[in-house]
Amino acid sequence: MTRFLSWVLGRLPIGWLQLSHSRARLIVAVAGVVFANVLVFVQLGIMGALNASAVAPYDLFKADIMITASDAKTLTDGSNVSRARMFQALSIPGVKAAAPIYIGNVEWQRPDGGSSTVQAIGLDPSQPEFARKDLQSSMQTLQLADTVLFDALTRGIAPGLLDTATPAAPYQVELTGRTINIVGTMEVGAGFSADGTLYTSDQTFLRLFNNRSSGAPTHILVNVEDGLDHNVVVERLRHVLPADAVKVATTEDAIAADLRYQTTERPTGIIFGFGVIIGIIVGIVIVYQVLSTDVADHLSEYATFKAVGYPQGFFVSIVIEQAIILAVLGFLPGLAIGTSIYVVLGAATGLQMTMTFSLALSVLIGTIAACALSGVIATRRLAAADPADLF
Amino acid sequence: MDGVTKTGFAVSVSGMNHYFGSGEARKQAIWDVSLDIAPGSLTVLMGPSGSGKTTVLTLMGCLRDVQEGSVRLLGEELNGASGAQVVALRKRIGFIFQAHNLHGSLTATQNVMMALQVHGSGDTAAQRRAAHHMLGLVGLADRVNYLPQNLSGGQKQRVAVARALVSNPEVVFADEPTAALDKESGMTVVDMLKDLGRLRGTTTVMVTHDNRILDRADRIVTLEDGRVVSDKNNT
Repeated sequence: MTRFLSWVLGRLPIGWLQLSHSRARLIVAVAGVVFANVLVFVQLGIMGALNASAVAPYDLFKADIMITASDAKTLTDGSNVSRARMFQALSIPGVKAAAPIYIGNVEWQRPDGGSSTVQAIGLDPSQPEFARKDLQSSMQTLQLADTVLFDALTRGIAPGLLDTATPAAPYQVELTGRTINIVGTMEVGAGFSADGTLYTSDQTFLRLFNNRSSGAPTHILVNVEDGLDHNVVVERLRHVLPADAVKVATTEDAIAADLRYQTTERPTGIIFGFGVIIGIIVGIVIVYQVLSTDVADHLSEYATFKAVGYPQGFFVSIVIEQAIILAVLGFLPGLAIGTSIYVVLGAATGLQMTMTFSLALSVLIGTIAACALSGVIATRRLAAADPADLF
Repeated sequence: MDGVTKTGFAVSVSGMNHYFGSGEARKQAIWDVSLDIAPGSLTVLMGPSGSGKTTVLTLMGCLRDVQEGSVRLLGEELNGASGAQVVALRKRIGFIFQAHNLHGSLTATQNVMMALQVHGSGDTAAQRRAAHHMLGLVGLADRVNYLPQNLSGGQKQRVAVARALVSNPEVVFADEPTAALDKESGMTVVDMLKDLGRLRGTTTVMVTHDNRILDRADRIVTLEDGRVVSDKNNT
């Protein structure tokens, strides 16, 4: 380690030698960084799962543009849209096709006695181009009344329970008093507002939701003629459709707006975002404490170095060296513990908590930045190292 | 010769006053001290406790800001010198402290190397050899990889001497360097400083109570109550 750092720094690694000289303090400091790292990882993991579950349903259909009620902030809240808007949209040049989509939550009494909230998505099976590619082939089967595709990752069901469900041998469940045939599965996973998802035809959807009418879908999906800029068509639609009733956006923009709303305006998003900030502050304070105590303990040595002719920048570089060593030493166990917690939490909640390379990398960079910041604050105490005090 | 300046002196002090404290508590510690120290000489500053000899030493060694009067170290005026000038000058001098002031986390070799690395990182292997050579000269060849906590007081002081001398400084300032040493190693250190002066023109200014050193000094300056009371050439 000393040899490696000498080579990297081109000088004796004073910072490392000081840190490793007092083992107990090094362990406390690294434990502090590990703690902060785990805190940040968990908060970011939950926030990531929240975001993933917010955008996951968008992945089930395919549309260039979405027409949504003007008061809707996410895929499921807000008013419904009048189907008349769809016919208006179809008259706009550049619009290739349009279809209604129905979304609603239904309570499912599971065979094991528990209950799950299932998000139902209803699409017209005669317009399979609005379904996700791998689901398009199943759309034909969904034309049969009371048939659905069910989320294999639904929270509360045994893994593999629905593996045998096929159109020939459907798995039957009861939903809102109807017998529903599960003829296949897809993988979406649990979220914060629902435990799972089912995919069905608009007709079956309306049978499940007696209070919904075919004239008022949740959104209207629009596909644009090939080669045409989506934003151009969005502008045309906005020109025709009343802004006080509906809003028009490309699907990407709608997803981005949904995500922005969920992370910055909903309590869950704010709480986990706040948790990340707390984790960072805890880490900065612990590292600052350790580094500034270390500086205070070595003031006379630093004063001696100053008497020898070392400039102020040298001492700053020692403290920064220590900060980066603490960041890296704390990050590795933090990453390991964070990954284990993801596995445990994911299994317990059904949330999709995945440790990605980019997540790990951004936490590493954040850790180094936070530690370096603590180091820079701690170097203020260096000014107290005055060679004259040595006498 | 590096240590010689336009004025011909390694250190030239004139009309220096120094005060400690501020306001009502302000007290003058040094009164109108003037001293010219010839290059290559070994000068001893003597005097009772509180006579101001260490203060004079630190003022000449640019460890303390000069308040009044003029101090020229290696031809450069210290009164009003910039931070960068002071840092550059400190690299050309060596300091031996009363307390050894070794870095507790560094081995003897690493402590000595610190005095070389201040001149730029360069060849670490060569620095290590130079540090080992210097530690050998002060009789610590078998202790080069010891941490200070595993060395005796005398051994630590010898490491501090090695650190001060390893970079061939033009002027060495020493504050009671032999206080923690037995007679033999104390004399070894003083003889080393004197030999350096003869061979390389190194100037040494030393504060000491140690009478054994006096007959090796070229010049003995005695201070009392912040004033020079006697200044004798020892020929």
